[in-house]
Amino acid sequence: MSTFYFIAFLSIFFSILVISAKNPVHSILYLILTFFTFTIHYILLNAQFLAIVNFIVYMGAILVLFLYTLMLINLNKESEPVKPFMIKIAGVFGGGILAVALASSLKLIATSNPVILKNPDLGLVKNLGKVLFNEFLLPFEVSSVLLLSAMVGAVLLATKDPKTA
Amino acid sequence: MGSTADILIKIGLILIIFVISLVMAMYSTYAERKVAAFFQDRIGPNRAGPWGILQPLADGGKMFLKEEIIPTNATPFLFIVGPSLAILTACIGSAVIPWGQTMVIGGHSIDLQVTDINVGVLYIFGVVSLGVYGVMIGGWASNNKYSLLGAIRAASQNISYEISMGLSIIALLMLTGTLSMREIAEQQHSWHWNVLRQPLGFILFIVCAFAETNRTPFDLPECETELVGGYHTEYSSMKLGFYLFAEYINMFISSAVMATLYWGGYNYPGMDWVLAHTGPAIGPLIGVGVFFIKIISFIFFFMWVRWTIPRFRYDQLMDLGWKILIPLAIANIVLTGIGSTLLTHFGF
Repeated sequence: MSTFYFIAFLSIFFSILVISAKNPVHSILYLILTFFTFTIHYILLNAQFLAIVNFIVYMGAILVLFLYTLMLINLNKESEPVKPFMIKIAGVFGGGILAVALASSLKLIATSNPVILKNPDLGLVKNLGKVLFNEFLLPFEVSSVLLLSAMVGAVLLATKDPKTA
Repeated sequence: MGSTADILIKIGLILIIFVISLVMAMYSTYAERKVAAFFQDRIGPNRAGPWGILQPLADGGKMFLKEEIIPTNATPFLFIVGPSLAILTACIGSAVIPWGQTMVIGGHSIDLQVTDINVGVLYIFGVVSLGVYGVMIGGWASNNKYSLLGAIRAASQNISYEISMGLSIIALLMLTGTLSMREIAEQQHSWHWNVLRQPLGFILFIVCAFAETNRTPFDLPECETELVGGYHTEYSSMKLGFYLFAEYINMFISSAVMATLYWGGYNYPGMDWVLAHTGPAIGPLIGVGVFFIKIISFIFFFMWVRWTIPRFRYDQLMDLGWKILIPLAIANIVLTGIGSTLLTHFGF
C-alpha cells in the first residue's frame, strides 16, 4: 500500500511539474516521467500487458513524436503570444468553477466497496487476449477499423495533390 | 521471494552479466578497429600490449582523463542526463535474455536468466523504444543546430523502424505462441531454430536492428559528412564515451536478442548428448559458450556491414522503412498465418 501512495505522489508531483514548467521541452520530459509512474501503477495492479503497452506506445512512440515536434518549434519567451486580459479573467473564472464542482462532487461520494476480481490474473497477456477475442470481439474489431480509417486519412493527407504538384 | 542464497545468486548473475556486457562493449571497439583494418588492408591498433590488446583500456583512460566541457548555452542537467539515459537503456535490456539452460550445482538449481517475465519480448521492445530518449535529450540539450538535427534524425528513424520491427516480431509470435524469452528459447531445442521457419522475418528484424542501434548504413544521426558529429557534437570526455559505449552495448544486446529469437539461443544440435555426458553443471555452460559464439558472429556481421555498405541518404532511409520493410512485414504476417493454418488443419 505504501508503494502505491509513493507512486501516486510521484504521479501527481510530475503532472504538476508538467503544467508549471516554463520550457515546453521540460514539460514533455515531465510528462514522460508521469507516464512512467502510470506504468508502475499498472504493474502494481497486476496488469502487465497494459503496463508494457503503455510503456511502448505512450512513452516510446507518442511522446517521442511530441518531443520531436516541440524541438522543431522555436518556443522562446519572446515568441510566446501575450494573452488578452479578458481571456485571463475568463480562465480564472472557469478554473474556479471547475474546482467548486470537483470539491462538491468529492464531498458526495462515499467509500465504495472494493471490487474483487474473480480472476486476479486477468491482466496477463493470455487471459486478456482470450477475453478480448471472445467476449469483446465486436468492439475490438470495430476499434481496429477506426484505427485503420485514421491511418488511411493520414496517408491521404500526406499524398500530394496531383493538380498542384 | 526466495531464500537469501537465491537472492545472492541473482545479484551475482546481474553483476556478471553487467561486467560481461561492458567487457564485450570494450572489446567490440577494439574488434571494430581490427575488422576495419582488415577490410581496408591495414594493420590496425598494435601498440598497446601484444597485438594492441590493451587498446580499449588506453582509450578508456584517455576518455576519463579528458576535460569535462559543458557548453555555456547548454541545459546543464539534461546535458548530463542524455548520455546517462543512453547507457542505462542499453544495459537494462539484458535482464530478460536467457543465457543458458538451468544449471544444477550441488543440489542448487540456477536459472541463467535474471528474470523470466511473461511479456519478455515486449519488454525488449519497450527498452528499444526508450533508447532514443538518450540521443534526443542529449542532442536537444547541447543547444547546437547539428546536434539537434542529429537528434531529430534519430527520433524519426527510430519511430519508423520500430514499426517494421514490431510487425516482424508478430509473425514470430504467431508461431511460438508465447512472449516469454525462455519459452521461445526452449521451443528451439537442438536444431529447431526459428530462422528456419521465419527467414523473411529474421531479415526484416536484422535490418531494423541495424537501424535501432544507429549502425552504418543507418548512422544518419551522427553522419559526420553532414552534421559534424551529429547528436554528440558538443560532448567530450566520458560523456562522449557513454554514448559510444551505449552503441556497442546495444549491438551486443541486439545480437543476443536475435540469437535468442531466431537462431536458437543456447541450443545446438546434439545438445542432449553433450548434456548427458557432461552433467548438469558443465553442460549448460557449453550452451552458454555456443550462445556467445552466435552473439560474436552477429557482432562481426554488424562490423562487416559497416565497412562494406555506404550510408543511406535520408529519403532512401525513409523509403526503405515505410515502402519496403513495412509491406514486406505485413506480407510475412499473412504468409505465416496461412502457413500455420494449413499446417494445423491438413498436417503437411
